[in-house]
Amino acid sequence: MSRIGSDDWVEQQELRSEYYTGFTGPARKAFDRVGPGPRFFAFLAICAIFPFFPTVADSDFLIRVGVNVLLFALLALGLNIVVGWAGLLDLGYVAFYGFGAYMYAWLSSSQFDVHLPTELVIPIVITASAGLGLLLGLPSWRLVGDYLAITTLFFAQIFVELMLNLDRLTPPWRDEPLDVTGGPNGIPGIDDMRIFTIDFEQTRDYYFLLLAIFAVVVVGLYYINESRTGRGWRASREDPLAAELMTTPVNRLKLLAFAMGAAVAGLTGSVFAAVQTGVFPQNFEVALLIMIYAALILGGAGSISGAVLGAIIIAAVPEILRTPENARYLFYGVLIASLLIVVRPWKRVAGIVAAVIVFGFAVHEIVALIWPDVVVGVEDGGLGGLLDSWVLVVDDHETLVNFAFVFLVAAVLILTQLRGESRMLLLIPTIYLAAFVWENRLVAEPSVTRQLLFGAILVAMMTKRPQGLLGTPRVENPI
Amino acid sequence: MDVDFFVQQLVNGLTLGSVYALIALGYSMVYGILKLLNFAHGEVYMFGAFIGYFVLSALGGSASPSIPVAPLLVIMFLAAMLGAGLLGVVIERYAYRPLRNAPRIAPLISAIGVSFFLQASALLLFTAQFRTYDTPQLIPPTKRLDVGPLHISLTRIIVIVSTFALMIGLTLLVSRSRLGKAMRAVSYDREAAAMMGIDPDRVIVATFFIGSALAGAAGVMFGLVFERVFHLMGFTAGLKGFTAAVIGGIGNIPGAMLGGLIIGLAESFSTGYISSTFQNLIVFGILIVILLVRPTGLLGSPVLKKV
Repeated sequence: MSRIGSDDWVEQQELRSEYYTGFTGPARKAFDRVGPGPRFFAFLAICAIFPFFPTVADSDFLIRVGVNVLLFALLALGLNIVVGWAGLLDLGYVAFYGFGAYMYAWLSSSQFDVHLPTELVIPIVITASAGLGLLLGLPSWRLVGDYLAITTLFFAQIFVELMLNLDRLTPPWRDEPLDVTGGPNGIPGIDDMRIFTIDFEQTRDYYFLLLAIFAVVVVGLYYINESRTGRGWRASREDPLAAELMTTPVNRLKLLAFAMGAAVAGLTGSVFAAVQTGVFPQNFEVALLIMIYAALILGGAGSISGAVLGAIIIAAVPEILRTPENARYLFYGVLIASLLIVVRPWKRVAGIVAAVIVFGFAVHEIVALIWPDVVVGVEDGGLGGLLDSWVLVVDDHETLVNFAFVFLVAAVLILTQLRGESRMLLLIPTIYLAAFVWENRLVAEPSVTRQLLFGAILVAMMTKRPQGLLGTPRVENPI
Repeated sequence: MDVDFFVQQLVNGLTLGSVYALIALGYSMVYGILKLLNFAHGEVYMFGAFIGYFVLSALGGSASPSIPVAPLLVIMFLAAMLGAGLLGVVIERYAYRPLRNAPRIAPLISAIGVSFFLQASALLLFTAQFRTYDTPQLIPPTKRLDVGPLHISLTRIIVIVSTFALMIGLTLLVSRSRLGKAMRAVSYDREAAAMMGIDPDRVIVATFFIGSALAGAAGVMFGLVFERVFHLMGFTAGLKGFTAAVIGGIGNIPGAMLGGLIIGLAESFSTGYISSTFQNLIVFGILIVILLVRPTGLLGSPVLKKV
């Protein structure tokens, strides 16, 4: 309890709270007791499986998922510098990612007929992105908190608008319009990377390239965080005024955080451009920003392993949602897991599960008796077949399902307010309602489901565990 | 001809500015009282527009309304304001209140989450298709005010007049009523207000209700003037409403109105005289410059730094 930057009372308060009681309490307590150092090495040990992933993953699709996970992990790590360590809310982060991708495209495609060698392009991209980061970080000298957030968000908007529109402007020194970005069609046909004698052609090659970058970035960031710079970031995050008084160069550190975050994002962007062999403005919109934030917040801002864990979850889960059968396993698995975590005496979990099953069969039978033409079975085999006579799947009743969705949201909100018996009672129909909405609508629309989940994750994490899964609680004076 | 065009742009700008000003008021009130940037405000506005649309179609649609047009419009506005207000209250209760004493970054991220969730819900409930208010059927464009070369359609008059009515009502509420007094007290110093017997939570709920109701009204106005409502309309409008609030000085009610009008005029004149491609760039550029030069906005007072 003598670590610098942590507050005794806060840590003990965590230990005292009810949070650690219940079924999974001891495991969580043990996890939180492991210090950040050993946790980081455990994390490295887990990361050691990454190189073996392609030997297990047999299909191109799985490799693609692996590439996505690594891209997200790198982005989350870069964002972690700015948001987690320096405590600056940078909502323009995707602009750096996009800028890196477009930079790579301009320097190695037929857009301007420039085909520089990759080993030259990458340093240029990193330097240029860091320079842009410095430039866009300048407002952080004058603006803090929400104002900085909104200004950087405008930068992100401006970036997308520019990329969309810089294809038909006529510069004063030319007669015909100059096509810089390809507008909404983007820049296709980008060269593959070729570093010294190694050609990168297949997705698998890029996987290993990203893995190498990932290793360098993780180790580099670990040491930076432990260094004077890292301490300076955290100090200026907690209290800029006090840090300034202690001669910490707060403004310079802010710019450094922006520049480093931008450099990581730009580098990641250039690999993304090469993997995708094209860049398009819609790749760099706010939705992506929200996903990166969701990854970082879920894992725990300020923690390297947290950022990576969050990225794995955020990038891999949507892929599972793609096929209904897998999505089903995920949904019911998460449902039962969260029951185990939330419901206190674990014997009750069995009771609730039994009650939900009985409730479901009863509802299904009653509806099948009264309106037999409404009920449609679940078609797929496997888990779907098992659910067939339990969950109600209706035909062509969009309004009904819409109302069910609204009721579900309301029920979940009410659930968070109830305590004791009434909570358990409401839980039963709520779970059934969730299954109903899930089977009728969400399974068929993975992209909407994904958005709903990410939004809900952000809110739930902030209200229940603001430090994220692997983060450490922070102390900050409320203003 | 030139004057004609100029005046037409002026009217467009005033209409658009009214919508932005109403959105800005919600941002400004919430910010004034909680120091919280309510990112979900744009989504509340979008839901307001949809509520207006569904009330309109429930009452027969614009082609054959089952009741006279004037009460229909009133019902649309009231329903949208009530629905949006309740949505705002729910958002406050579940996404912001648990974070009252959390680090400042927490409610902001929670707000982003709410915004994303609401947008996805709208996509799920209303699908991605555009809905149209079809205002020309409801209020024929032939009904208009002709002042010399200038034509102002009845729809625009309704929007501008009701905006000013709402603004005057709000100003009176804040400056004259007990609730307004409590709101000012809480925004000045929440703890001290609590010690004087004001329940800050109730005041905050009232603020959220009023602010969101104004956004709902703005949604219906947008629907009436621009006709098309869709699930993504909240994001840009929210950004511009916030821009307006900041330009006028956030937390400052006349400032929000002024900012809204400035943004609306800037947008319509840049569309008319420069190019519609870069209208957003110009608006955001104005904001960044104003923020950097005068971070407290045009009418805002400088913030004293507490140590």
